Amino acid sequence: MTIADTHPNMQSAPQSAKEIGDAWSKMVAKRRLYTGIGLVILLIAFVSSVRFADENNAGHFFDRLPHLFDFLSWLIPKDWADVYRALFDLPSPNGANGAGGEEFNFPLGRVYVWDDFYIPEYFELMIITINVALVSTIIGFVFAVPLSFFAARNMSPSNPIRLVTKRIMELLRAFPEIVIAGLFSAILSIGPIAAIIAVGLHTIGALGKLFYEVVENIDMKPDEGMRAVGASWSERVRFAALPQVLPNFMSYALLRLEINVRASTIIGAVGGGGIGEELKLAISRGFGAKTLALVLLLFLTIIAVDQFSAWLRRRLVGEHAFLLQH
Amino acid sequence: MSVIDAGRMQEIEARYPEVLHRSFRQRFGALMIFIGVILYGIYAVWFFDLPKVISEAHWERVGIYLSEWVSYDVQPEFRISGDKISIKYPRFSPLGDNPNPDWVKTNPDGSMTVSVSGTSRTVTVTKTQAIVTAHGITIPIDIAGDVPKIVGSEPVPSWMTVYDDNIVVNLGFAGDASISTDRVKIRKRFIGWANFVFDTHSPFFDKPASEVISLIVSGPRLDPAQSNLSLAFDNIWNNGAWQHGDVWTKLFQTIVMAFLGTLLGSLAAFPLAFLAARNITPSRLVNQILKRFFDFLRSVDMLIWALFLTRAFGPGPLAGSGAIFLTETGTLGKLYSEGLENIDNKPREGVKSTGSPTVLVHRYGIMPQIVPVIVSQTLYQWESNVRGATIIGAVGAGGIGLKLWEAMRTNSNWENVAYMVLLILIVVFLFDAASNALRSRLMGTRVK
Repeated sequence: MTIADTHPNMQSAPQSAKEIGDAWSKMVAKRRLYTGIGLVILLIAFVSSVRFADENNAGHFFDRLPHLFDFLSWLIPKDWADVYRALFDLPSPNGANGAGGEEFNFPLGRVYVWDDFYIPEYFELMIITINVALVSTIIGFVFAVPLSFFAARNMSPSNPIRLVTKRIMELLRAFPEIVIAGLFSAILSIGPIAAIIAVGLHTIGALGKLFYEVVENIDMKPDEGMRAVGASWSERVRFAALPQVLPNFMSYALLRLEINVRASTIIGAVGGGGIGEELKLAISRGFGAKTLALVLLLFLTIIAVDQFSAWLRRRLVGEHAFLLQH
Repeated sequence: MSVIDAGRMQEIEARYPEVLHRSFRQRFGALMIFIGVILYGIYAVWFFDLPKVISEAHWERVGIYLSEWVSYDVQPEFRISGDKISIKYPRFSPLGDNPNPDWVKTNPDGSMTVSVSGTSRTVTVTKTQAIVTAHGITIPIDIAGDVPKIVGSEPVPSWMTVYDDNIVVNLGFAGDASISTDRVKIRKRFIGWANFVFDTHSPFFDKPASEVISLIVSGPRLDPAQSNLSLAFDNIWNNGAWQHGDVWTKLFQTIVMAFLGTLLGSLAAFPLAFLAARNITPSRLVNQILKRFFDFLRSVDMLIWALFLTRAFGPGPLAGSGAIFLTETGTLGKLYSEGLENIDNKPREGVKSTGSPTVLVHRYGIMPQIVPVIVSQTLYQWESNVRGATIIGAVGAGGIGLKLWEAMRTNSNWENVAYMVLLILIVVFLFDAASNALRSRLMGTRVK
C-alpha cells in the first residue's frame, strides 16, 4: 500500500509527488520492520536470559519470592531504639536479658579519643571510607590531568604517545578493581591502602577519559596565540588549555568523588576495610539493627556528599547536565 | 616563550589593568588549594599509617605473584630412606600421573640430578649429600647427620638461608630447593599456562596437536560411548585445572546480569521518568517524590541491594540482576527525566493543537526527540554495568566476580586469575566497541 491509496486526493497529484510519497511509505514500512525485528530479538534475549539467570541461581525466583518479605521482616528490629544505639555505640538492654551475643554488643568497637570521649565505631569506619574515596580521587586527578593532555588529539605532543596513553587509560578503566585490591592486599596486608590503590587506578582511567574529551573541545585560539610567541608544549598547556578546562576538570572530579565513596564501600566489602566490610558482616550474620544503622549512616553520608558536590559543581560551571559514569 | 620588556609591559598594564591587578583570591586561590591538598595528603599519610604499611609490605611478593600469573611449577620431592632415593610428585602435578621429565636424571651411581635451569643451576641428590650448583659455584650440603650442614668453611652465599632443620636455596625465577635430612624438595618453574587445553586426566593429555587432530578426525574411539570430537570438547570444557566451562558460564552470567538489570531498569524508569519530568507532569509534588525515590535507589548502592537480594534469593545471577535493576531504575530514571526536561516543547504544542489525546501527544510530540537519547544512555549503562558487575559478584551475587575472588583468596591460582582477567578485559573491550558503534550511529555522530 502506498500513501496515494490511503489519501484519495493524492490520486490527482503529479507523478513526482507520488514517487516521493511511495518512497516515504516504503521507508516507513522498512523502519517498522526493523523495529519489529529488533523488538522480537530483544524479547527472545530477555526471556532466555531470565530463564538462564533463574536456573543458575541458588534459589529460584518464584520459590523465593515470598521469602523476600521474610528477609525484610528480619530487618525490622525488636526495638527500634537499637538502631540508634548501634549507631552511637550505646549499650543495649536487649543484649543483657536473654539475646546477648555480638548482635547487641554495641559498645564493643568504641574508639576512645581521650578519657570518656569516643568516636562510635561506625563513624570511624565511615571516616575511613570517605578518606579512601578522597585520597583515591586526588590520586586519580593528579595523574589524569597530565595524561589527558597527552591523550587529547589537539594537544598531544605526538601521535604514538597519544595512542599509548589512551590504551593505558582504557586498560586502567576496564581492569577489575577487585583484582588490584586482591593483589595489593596480598602485598600490603588487608586494609584501606589496597582499596586506595584499586580505586585510584580506576579513577585515573575514568577521569582521564572525561578529561581528554574536555580538552578536545577547547577553543584553540589561545593555543595559537601561545604558539605565535614561541611557547613550548608545557607552556601551551599551562597558559592556553588549562585555564579553559580547569572548571570542567574540577566538576568531573567532584562527580567522581561521589562515585568513589560508593566504590570504596564496595571494595571495603571484599576486604578493603572501612564500612563496607562491617556492612557485609552485619547482613550475612543477620544483625538487623546493626544493618539498619549502617544503611542509614551510609545513605545519609552519600546524600550529603552528593549534595555538597552538586552545589560546588553548580558554583564552578553552572547548571550542567552530567552523565553518571562508572 | 619570548619575554616582553618593561616598557611594553607598562603599556599592556595600562590597557588591561584587570590582567595584572587581580584580587587576593585570584592570585592566591590556586596556591591555597594546592597547600590544602598537600596538608590533606600529610593527614592521609598519618591517618592510614602509610610508613608502617609500606615498611611492612612484602614487595618481594609482587614479582612472585606477577610471575605466577604466567608460569607454573613442578615440585618433585626426593625422599632418602636407607640406601634408596625415591621420587614423588604432588597429587595434582601438572605433569600428570606418570611424570618422567627429562630434566630429572638418574646417574649411574644411583644419585639423581635435577637441572633447575640448564646445566648452570642444578641440584644433585645422593644418599648423603645434596650438591647445589648455582651462580658459578658448587656447594655440597651434608644431609647424613641430624641437621643439614653446608660442607666447607666459606661464608654461606646470600641465596641460601639456613634454618634449624632445613636449608632453603633460592634459585631465582627458575625455582628453589628446600633441603632437609630426609627429603629434598625442588620447585622448578616454567613459563606458560600448564594443561590449558587438556588436563592430566584426559586421554588427549600431553599429545602433540597433530596427533590430537588426527585422533579427532579419523582415530579409533577412545571412549566407546561418544565420538572423539565430543570427548575432546568435554575434556576441554570440564578441564580440572582451568574449569573453562565454569569460567565461561560465570562470565556469561555477569553479562546476563548486566543485560537483565539494565533492561528491566530502563523499562521501569521509562514511565516513571515521565512522571518525574516537571515539564510533562505539572504536579511539583509528584516530580519531587519520584526524583527523591530515584536518588534513594541510587544512593543505597548496588552493593547493598546485592547483599539484601542474596539473602532473599541466595547467591546467583538473579540476585545480581535484581541489584542492578534497582540501581539502574534510579540512574536511568534520573537520566531519562533530565532528557525529557531538555526537549523542545514546540512539537508537543503542535500535536496538542490538533486535539490529540495525551498518549498521541507523547507518542508524536516527545518520543521522536527522546528515543535516541534514551537508547544511547541505556546502551552506555549496559556497557558500564558489564564493567561494574564483576565486583558485586564478589559479595555473592554470582558471576565471574565470585570466582575471581575465590581464586585470589586461595592465593595459589594466580594463573587462573590472569585468565579470568583477560577474558573480562576482552568482553569489556568488545562491549565498549559495540556500544560506541551503536551509539554513534544512533546519535548521527561519529565518535573518534
